Amino acid sequence: MNIVQYTKAASLEEAWELNQGRGAVVLGGCCWLRLSPQRRIAQAIDLSGLGLDAIEERDDSFKIGAMVTLGAFGSHEGLLTYTKGAVKEATRHIVGTQFRNLATIGGSISGRFGFSDIWTLLLALDADVELYKGGRVPLSDFGKTGPGKDIVSHIIVPKKSSQTAYASLRLNETDFPIIAAAVHVDGKDVRCAIGARPGRAEVMTLPVDTVKTLGCEKAGREFAEKVTYETNQRGSSEYRHDMAVVLCRRLLAQTMGDDV
Amino acid sequence: MMEFKSINKVVAKKDSQALVTGQPVYTEDIMPKDCLIVKVLRSPHARAIVKKVNKSAAEKIPGIVCIVTADDVPKSRFTIAGQTYPEPSPYDRLILDKQIRFVGDAVALVAGTNQAAVDKALRAIRVEYEVQEPLLDFTKALDNDIVVHPEDDWKPLVDVGGDNKRNLVAKACDRHGDIDAVLASSDVVIDRTYHTRQNQQAAMETFRAYAYKDAFGRLTIVSSTQVPFHVRRVVSHALEISKSKVRVIKPRIGGGFGSKQTVVMEVYPAFIAWLTGKPAYMVYSREESLTVSTPRHESQIRVVLGASKDGHIRGILLDSLWNAGAYGEHTPTTVTLSGHKSIPLYNAAEAFQFSYTCVYTNTIAAGAYRGYGATQGLFALETAVNELAEALHMSPVELRFKNMVRQNQVLPAYFNETALSCTLDKCLERVVSMSGWDDASPRKVLPNGHIQSVGLAIAMQGSSVSNVDVASVTIKVNDDGFYTLHIGATDMGTGCDTILAQIAAECLMCSVDDIVTDGVDTDTSPYDSGSYASSTTYLTGNAVVKTCESLIRRMKELAAVKLGLSDTDLDDLEFDGKAITCLQNGKSITVRDLGNGAMFMNGIALEATESSYSPTSPPPYMAGAATIDVDPETGHIALLKYDAVIDCGTVINPSLARVQAEGGIVQAIGMALTENVQYTPTGRLQNNSFMQYRLPTRLDVGPVNVEFEPSYEPNGPFGAKSIGELVIDSPSPAIAHAVYNATGVWVRDLPITAEKLYQAMKHKNL
Amino acid sequence: MMITYWLNGKKSSADIEPGMMLYDFLRSQGCYSVKCGCETTNCGLCTVWVNDVPVLSCAVLAVRIDGCQVTTLEGLQEDAKEFAYYMGLQGADQCGFCNPGFVMNVLAMVRRFDSPTEDDIKEFLSGNLCRCTGYMSHMRAIKEYFKAKGKEVRS
Repeated sequence: MNIVQYTKAASLEEAWELNQGRGAVVLGGCCWLRLSPQRRIAQAIDLSGLGLDAIEERDDSFKIGAMVTLGAFGSHEGLLTYTKGAVKEATRHIVGTQFRNLATIGGSISGRFGFSDIWTLLLALDADVELYKGGRVPLSDFGKTGPGKDIVSHIIVPKKSSQTAYASLRLNETDFPIIAAAVHVDGKDVRCAIGARPGRAEVMTLPVDTVKTLGCEKAGREFAEKVTYETNQRGSSEYRHDMAVVLCRRLLAQTMGDDV
Repeated sequence: MMEFKSINKVVAKKDSQALVTGQPVYTEDIMPKDCLIVKVLRSPHARAIVKKVNKSAAEKIPGIVCIVTADDVPKSRFTIAGQTYPEPSPYDRLILDKQIRFVGDAVALVAGTNQAAVDKALRAIRVEYEVQEPLLDFTKALDNDIVVHPEDDWKPLVDVGGDNKRNLVAKACDRHGDIDAVLASSDVVIDRTYHTRQNQQAAMETFRAYAYKDAFGRLTIVSSTQVPFHVRRVVSHALEISKSKVRVIKPRIGGGFGSKQTVVMEVYPAFIAWLTGKPAYMVYSREESLTVSTPRHESQIRVVLGASKDGHIRGILLDSLWNAGAYGEHTPTTVTLSGHKSIPLYNAAEAFQFSYTCVYTNTIAAGAYRGYGATQGLFALETAVNELAEALHMSPVELRFKNMVRQNQVLPAYFNETALSCTLDKCLERVVSMSGWDDASPRKVLPNGHIQSVGLAIAMQGSSVSNVDVASVTIKVNDDGFYTLHIGATDMGTGCDTILAQIAAECLMCSVDDIVTDGVDTDTSPYDSGSYASSTTYLTGNAVVKTCESLIRRMKELAAVKLGLSDTDLDDLEFDGKAITCLQNGKSITVRDLGNGAMFMNGIALEATESSYSPTSPPPYMAGAATIDVDPETGHIALLKYDAVIDCGTVINPSLARVQAEGGIVQAIGMALTENVQYTPTGRLQNNSFMQYRLPTRLDVGPVNVEFEPSYEPNGPFGAKSIGELVIDSPSPAIAHAVYNATGVWVRDLPITAEKLYQAMKHKNL
Repeated sequence: MMITYWLNGKKSSADIEPGMMLYDFLRSQGCYSVKCGCETTNCGLCTVWVNDVPVLSCAVLAVRIDGCQVTTLEGLQEDAKEFAYYMGLQGADQCGFCNPGFVMNVLAMVRRFDSPTEDDIKEFLSGNLCRCTGYMSHMRAIKEYFKAKGKEVRS
C-alpha cells in the first residue's frame, strides 16, 4: 500500500482537520484497501483510538460507534433482540469471522457500496448517521450526499415497537448478495429496503394499513417495483426484479404474520 | 480379504505435524532472501500484435535489473504441458511472443531487486499494440477467418489431426460396430448437447518457483510442481539449453489438482536466472492464477443414445467440441478421456462412435484439471442416460443395472481392456440405499414449499496412462536398518509419500516409521512421469513393490556373505522384516546389523531401483447420489448431502482415500453450482479473484458420505487402483439429475446457478 | 513509523512504512506460517490474532498493531501439535497450505465455545477456504479435538 502519512487521531477534531487535505482517507477496517494496491493515500486517518468501537443501548436508540466491527454489530444482544435476529442475518454471510472482526460499520456506511447488506438493513431500520460537523442526518439522505469531508462518528438506530426481517440471495453462502431486502414494521409504517440491485439500497415506505389491505403478495410487488434493477455478472435485472418481489413478499409475511 | 500390517490402515501423513503446525516447508518459505523479483507485463487485449515495447523509462528505475521482450528470447517453440516426451500437445509457445493470443498473454518480463521497483517498472513500460479482432466463440472457431496461431513454425510432435491454419488442435474419430444402423433401428433415440465451462483448479498455493545457478554453472529450479522431470525438459527446450544444465527440486507443495501438471510459469524465473546469473523468484498472484494459468477445458458435447424399449442401450454416439483456448496444452489428450472414460460404462452397447474436434480461441489456454476430460464427458453421458431413463419411463437405477460394465467383461470402448476388477454394481446398489433413492418418488415437497430430491450418476476413470507412464523407485538400507524411499512422483498434499511408504512397509515387513521419505530432486530421485493421470498409488505403488523385491534379494546376498553362506541358495534365506535367517542352519543376521554391516568391508550396495509401466489402466468406479433442496421460487439449490460409494480396489489408507473422495466431490459441487466463468465481450475474464470465482465454503455443502466397495485389481499393488480423479466425476450429472427430479427442467449447461434454473423453470411454465 | 508490539509474547519495536500490511511484516519477522492465498480478503490463509481476536493479516495495516499483542501459529506450537494429531489421523492436513490460518481460527474457536453445534463451527470457520479436503475431515478432527479438551460438539 502506498500510504504517505499515517495518523492515529487523538480527537475527532484532529481527524476532521486532517481529512480536509487532499488525498486524505479515513480508515475503517481496511478490508478492501488491497483491492487497489496502486492507490496513493497522502494521509491515512485512524479513528481507532477514539473509543468509537462501542454500541451504547439507550431507551430510545442504539448508538453505534463508527469503529464497531460487523462482528460486534451482528452479535450484539440488544440489537439481536430488537431486530429479531436481522442483524445476524445481515452480517453472517459477509466473508467470514476474521473479516467481520475487522470490517467496521463506519466503513460500510462511508463506502456506500451497492452490495452492502449493512446499508440495506440500516435503511429499513430508519437509522441516522452522525457526522462530526454535520450532525445527525437520516441514512437515506446521507446516501444521496456521502460524507464529503466530514467524518462519520456514529450510526443511530432508533428503537420503536417493531418487527424486522432480513433476507438475501447469493451464489454461495459467503458471496456478495445478488439481491438483498429488509423489512421493518412499526405501528404506523412498513419500511422496505432493497439492496444489491446492484446499485445502492433504496428504502420505501407504505402505511401498515395499506399493506394489510393489499396483502403480502401485492404489497411485496409494489415495493419491489418502485426501484430499478440492473444486470451484472451476478444476475440479470429481470432475475433481480423477480427475486425482489419474492423476498419482499416473504419478509412482509414474516414480519406481519397473520395481520395480513 | 488378505490381512495386511501396514496397508489398509489409517496412518497420519508423514508431514502432517509439520504442515498443521505451520513449519516453513513451501517454496516461498525456503527461497534465498536475495532473489530478484520477476513479474510479467501482460496484454490487456485478447488478440494483438506487439509492435513496439518502449522500456527505456522503466529500465532507469532504481532496482530494475533487466527487462526482456520477445526480441530477447529463444525462437524455438515448445509446450508447457507436463507430459511424456514426445508430447501430444503441440509446440505452440515462445517464452514471449509478438502475437498476443488472449487477455493476459505475456508481453515482457521485468526483474528487479524489490517488488516496488518491479511494479513501478511495469507501469512505466509503454507498449504499442496493433489490436486485432479476437476469436472468442469456440463453436465458431474451426476454419474461422481469424487464425489464432498463424505462425509457420507451429510444430506438433505427434500427429493428432491438428492444423493451426484451421484453428484445429486435434481431431479424430473412433468407432466400434455400425452406429448408424444401430441408432436407426433403436426404439428410442435421444439426441442432446451439453456445455461445460472452464473450471479453475484453485490450489491454495498459487504458482511459484525460484531459480539460481549453482557452483557448477547449472540452473536449479525449486518449484511448486507436480511434474519435476517434465519441468526439466520444458525449461531446457524453452531456454535452448542442455537438459544436463537443469535441475528441478520439488519441496512441499500447496495443492495441484492438475494445475501444476503444466509448467505454467517456471520458464520465466529460469530464464531470468540464466540470463543474469542471479537467483530469481516469481509468484503468481491469485488474479494471475485465475486468468493466465490453465483451467479445465470448456466443452460442448453431443450425445446420441439409442435404446430398445426394454432399456438396452444399444448405441452411443459422443461428439466432443473442445476449447483449447490460446494454446494447446493437454488438449489432444484431455479430449480423448471425454469418450474413453465414459462410454465403457455402458458396455452392453452394440456400437459406439466417439469423435472430437479441438479448437484454438483467444481465451485463456486450458490444461489439466483432476478428471482430465472424463469429467466433462461423464457430465454429458450420465445426464443423457438419466434423460434416456425418463424417455423410457424407466428407473435410472434399473437402466444402469441393465447396461453397466461388469467384472471380467472385455471393454471395446476402452482399448479392449478387460475389467479385471469391478464392483460398480455393488457401488450403485449401496448408494441407492444410502441416499434413500426411491424410483417412485425421487422428489418430496416440503411444508415450506421447497422441493427435496435425489439424483444419481456413476463414473469411472483410469489408473495411469497405459503404455506411456513410467514410475521408478529407489530404496536404500541405511545404518541400523532404516530405509530411505526415493520416488520421482510428487506428493502434492494427497499423501502419496505416506501411501507409498505404507506399501514399502508392507513389503519390507517393517513399521511405516522405519521408511523415510523426502521431496523430489531430478538429480537424485529416480525418474517418474509425475503425479497425474491417477498414477501414483497404482503405478508408483507397483514400482515400490518391485523395488522391495529386488532390495530383499540384495539384502539376502549381503546376508549370505556376512553369515559366511556364500554358496547358499538365496531361496534358503528367509527375510521376516527383522532379520534374514538361513532355513538350513538357523544362522541369522538382523536388518540392523546388515545395515551397519553394509558400511564396513562391503561390496554389495544395499539399495535397489526399479521402474514400472502398465499395459493397462484399470478403471476405478463410483456411484454417487446428490440430495438437494430447491427453492422453486428463486431457483436456489442447497446441496443437502452427497452419498458416494467407490471401488478403488484395495484401499491403502482409508483416511487419505476418504479425504480424496470428499475433496473431489466438493470441488465438483463447486463446478456444478457456483464456479462460473464469464467473459466480457472483449475477452476479459471477469471471475478473476476469489470474490468473483466462488469456491464452495464449508457452509455450502451438507454431509458428504463416502463408503468403499473394494474390488481386487490383480495388476495393482496389493489390489489397489486409483481414486484421486474419479471422485470429481459424478457430482455434476447427479446434481443435474436431482434438479430435474425437483423441477422437471434439464439444465444442460454448467454451472446450474439459481438464476439459470429459475429462468428455465419460468420459461418452461410460460 | 516506530511501532511497539508483542509478537508471540515477546515485546519488540520496529520502524515500518505506514503502508505495510501486517501479513508482509509478519513474514519479514520470520513468521512463515502466515500464508497468502488471495489478494481479496477471501481465503482466510493469513489469519493471525491481534489481541486474541482472529483477523486477516493481509487486511491489517502493520501500524495498527502498535501496542497490541500479535499471535501467529509460531506462538501456539503446543496447541498446534495437539490439534495436528487429530488432523493427521483424519488426513485432514492434505497440502497444508491453508492449515496455519485455519488452525489459528480453530484455536480461537475452542477458546470461545464450550459446546458449539456443528453449524456454529461451520459458521465460525466459513472464512477459511480449503480446496483439498472438502471440509468433512476438518469437522471430524475438530470434534475429536474438542472431546480431548473436555468439550463437546453438538449435532
